[in-house]
Amino acid sequence: MTFEYAPAPESRSIVDIADAYGLFIDGQFVDPADGRTFPTVNPATEEILSTVAEAGQQDVDRAVRAARRAYEQVWGPMSGRDRGKYLYRIARLLQERSRELAVLETLDNGKPIREARDVDLPLVAAHFFYHAGWADKLEHAGFGPAPRPLGVAAQVIPWNFPLLMLAWKVAPALACGNTVVLKPAETTPLTALAFADICRQADLPPGIVNILTGAGDTGRMLVEHPDVDKVAFTGSTAVGQQIMRGLAGTSKRLSLELGGKAANIVFDDAPVDEAVEGIVNGIFFNQGHVCCAGSRLLLQESVADEVLTSLQRRLSTLRLGDPLDKNTDIGAINSAAQLERIHELADSGDAEGATRWTAPCPLPDRGYWFPPTVFTGVTQAHRIAREEIFGPVLSVLTFRTPDEAVEKANNTPYGLSAGIWTEKGSRILWMAQRMRAGVVWANTFNRFDPTSPFGGYKESGFGREGGIQGLGPYLDSDVVDHEATVRIGFGVTEVAR
Amino acid sequence: MTLTASLPDADPTALRRFLQGLPGVDEVGAVGRAASLATRSIKTSSKSYAIDLAIRMVDLTTLEGMDTPGKVRALCAKALRPDPTDPSTPSVAAVCVYGDLVDIARAAVGDACHVAAVATAFPSGRASLAVKLQDTADAVAAGADEIDMVIDRGAFLSGDYARVYDEIVAIKEACGSAHLKVILETGELRTLDNVRRASWLAMLAGADFIKTSTGKVSPAATPPVTLVMLEAVRDFQTATGRTVGVKAAGGIRTTKEAVAYLVLVNETVGEQWLTPDLFRFGASSLLNDLLLQRQRMRTGHYSGPDYVTID
Amino acid sequence: MTDRLDVRKTYKLFIGGAFPRSESGRTYEVTRPDGAFLANAAKASRKDGRNSVLAARKGYAAWNAATAYNRGQVLYRIAEVMEGRRAQFIADVQDAEGCSDTQARAQVDAAIDRWVWYAGWADKLAQVLGSANPVAGPYFNFSVPEASGVVVAVAPQDSSLIGLVSVLAPILVSGNAAIVVASTARPLPSVTLAECLATSDVPGGVVNVLTGDPVEIMPWLAEHADVNALDLAGITDDALATDLERAAAGTVKRVRRPEAGADWFADPGLSRIRSFVETKTVWHPMGV
Repeated sequence: MTFEYAPAPESRSIVDIADAYGLFIDGQFVDPADGRTFPTVNPATEEILSTVAEAGQQDVDRAVRAARRAYEQVWGPMSGRDRGKYLYRIARLLQERSRELAVLETLDNGKPIREARDVDLPLVAAHFFYHAGWADKLEHAGFGPAPRPLGVAAQVIPWNFPLLMLAWKVAPALACGNTVVLKPAETTPLTALAFADICRQADLPPGIVNILTGAGDTGRMLVEHPDVDKVAFTGSTAVGQQIMRGLAGTSKRLSLELGGKAANIVFDDAPVDEAVEGIVNGIFFNQGHVCCAGSRLLLQESVADEVLTSLQRRLSTLRLGDPLDKNTDIGAINSAAQLERIHELADSGDAEGATRWTAPCPLPDRGYWFPPTVFTGVTQAHRIAREEIFGPVLSVLTFRTPDEAVEKANNTPYGLSAGIWTEKGSRILWMAQRMRAGVVWANTFNRFDPTSPFGGYKESGFGREGGIQGLGPYLDSDVVDHEATVRIGFGVTEVAR
Repeated sequence: MTLTASLPDADPTALRRFLQGLPGVDEVGAVGRAASLATRSIKTSSKSYAIDLAIRMVDLTTLEGMDTPGKVRALCAKALRPDPTDPSTPSVAAVCVYGDLVDIARAAVGDACHVAAVATAFPSGRASLAVKLQDTADAVAAGADEIDMVIDRGAFLSGDYARVYDEIVAIKEACGSAHLKVILETGELRTLDNVRRASWLAMLAGADFIKTSTGKVSPAATPPVTLVMLEAVRDFQTATGRTVGVKAAGGIRTTKEAVAYLVLVNETVGEQWLTPDLFRFGASSLLNDLLLQRQRMRTGHYSGPDYVTID
Repeated sequence: MTDRLDVRKTYKLFIGGAFPRSESGRTYEVTRPDGAFLANAAKASRKDGRNSVLAARKGYAAWNAATAYNRGQVLYRIAEVMEGRRAQFIADVQDAEGCSDTQARAQVDAAIDRWVWYAGWADKLAQVLGSANPVAGPYFNFSVPEASGVVVAVAPQDSSLIGLVSVLAPILVSGNAAIVVASTARPLPSVTLAECLATSDVPGGVVNVLTGDPVEIMPWLAEHADVNALDLAGITDDALATDLERAAAGTVKRVRRPEAGADWFADPGLSRIRSFVETKTVWHPMGV
């Protein structure tokens, strides 16, 4: 007998998944006008979990209309205090049902239950708590004495953190007095639909939150709808660019949270054991399906071998498999399409001469899986150093001096995040000052908090989510003359200027 | 950062330079890592195995001013047959007593179990080296096969690493064939950087085991401290080829905690260390909780404190 | 009318999370404004005050070390627990103030909502009161607000609940521990509030509620060297307020003076929070 972790699966019985879901419009689930549906699949087993509606133009019209009416008649006029109370209710309901939602998230997304339970869900509730508090304090947020909501917000979110991205979008929008029409990703709609039920339990008046399931077409119809005042998108840079082009010339406000290719920079005086943990957490958290993932590891040459040895030893202990098993570290890739993309990019790494190392872990027979992978000998010219892989693949580069680390870290069109590992405080701040990235983690990685603004530089998007700055994209600041045709925004969040 | 480059000799300057050159420990990161491992879940047959392994790793301890031969004999009986209702229950690794009670313990356990003695003016360590050596020699002469010594924390904290080193070397010599466990008293060292340095210092000086605590200072063993010590023995093995054990002592009272420590060992240094020869729990009340859980696994229902023996 | 004879409550002090009687053994009679007997409240002594400071210092350590998020959750929990005892608060306020049912309801609702309002401030204070400071040099420099420590507050004498909550909540939100001397003539809502606090995950000692006479207790607390700040809201005697402020100078306590005619229903703003925080500024070099 040896010391083994027997499977410790979280019980599935805690969730109740319906055979089919409609669209959540104006406080009710309704069938899509043209009756189109699509399945959502458990990526760990390829089992169909449920069938969801695909919203078309009529449904989008209906949802935006409902949101508009709710904005004008209910939510807009409501006191900040009462808006806050609804958000507190939602926050509490999310806490109460967090285990159920964590299991549902894991089933639909493929992420390990450990992460859904310990990271996603606590952050989801915290995000609503934080913004609940802002609802009646907006005049203290630095946007003038009487900041106003924008109106109807169209929000499109990705599949990597389905419910958390919903929270990042919905909580600030509602706190600021906007109503929303939200489209979850087509591969992960279920927790958003469960959120509709939470709105019901909270007695949230109809039309304030509307949820339209669907794919890219639905998203495009939604963001291009003429009666939408605000568009918020999280996803790939390519789609973000399309949306930005589509909105050009309109008065819609836009915020984008797009891709990334973050550098995680390890100096020779780093706390090695914790740095290794941070590297692992940076790229293998959520199977690397993280826009701010530390996908480029920059090692100072004097310690490169030592860190790599430690890293490979550590990666050999990672447990890949059933996402519902509480001992699983690495879950399933979210979809067949994403898996293919990861394979394609990893193969380019081989073809371009980098050296591939794969953690020794067996892959299950069914489902979509990719083992933790490290490429060494990578240069800035390699595709795996430039393109976002969005998977558990780490590209390792080296540097000799801090200046070289800065140059390499910034040598990308992206600018979402960066990591710095050194025991020397002044170097952390010196480096942070030079990083062209929206979030800089020092001696840690992939930390999130509702009080902390998140968002990118350059092609990683604009606008922030979380913190005071995260309110900006949902507020019309204290324009002296509201009739003025020039709308004064909040710096980076304003594009239609 | 290059541990393998050059290990220091007893030269005070070299020793100090080496210890202060060890990579730092980021406390937040280490605490986070230890906490994340504590969420590992052990079920069914693995749990049974883990419980028996934990029992076999226990240094069943009594270190009170009011200890008597009677108390020690009772402890020894418990050590050999932890659960009289179930003879399949393994014995513990050792009994751990004050030096003057070693002969009583040795007579009670015979060869069936190790006898560990705390020595060197335990728990404070505030005595002359001569007294500490005599303390050690007495315990060994009385039949102790393991000596748990305390380091001079005052000397360590004042930067006099050489003094600590020399003392460990001297005690190690006085131990003869007895195994030497070096207690760092991490609750007094306070920082994880100090824990790492003290671990290396003890290993360089010849410790067979490094041990967290006396149990007389709070906090005693904690998962982050134990994590850092395990990293140290791992790196020491890589650097020197010598394998050193770790003993987590004090503050571990429940099966759940004990299993979490085993997970920490397994994930940090691997299965090689999952043996009483290389990992121990210094504990008294832990054993009964392990026995309660063992009964629960065996009978299928929860047991109660009336169904395990008090020492 | 029911035939059932009611069971009456003993009103005690709230110190360190427990409900002791006054160590002095004294009580005083509390009546409705019309003179009808309500209860005997504990009459706190200077030693009860001293014990409260000891308890508050311990409570402060735990409360100030909690995350702002956690403090916000606990303050929100107070609102939840009060909501469940709304009827009792309404009755208490009516008894204490002799006001109409409508007025009592309005006061209780405002008091509950005030906790919610302050709950939201816990994790926003540092963002609104703190700053990153662009000093002229290679330094990263930032300022954060921190709780002052142990704050002794005299609750308003007239407003038995919303006044009390309006004084207490802003002390707690930033991480201070509080000793509140309740309204002398209208103390009973404060005891009901203490019962809510005791069941709202507020760590013991973070709030201590003394009933009795501020004229007797406050000079001792104003001079107490382990008290960091005073809120004299409920001191109606100008001369006493001046004496207390003078006493506070001995250890340079922060003192918030009483405001005549304060409207406890009005939007409180940040003024009271600001009264009981320190600003800490940190410099750190930036260099390779």
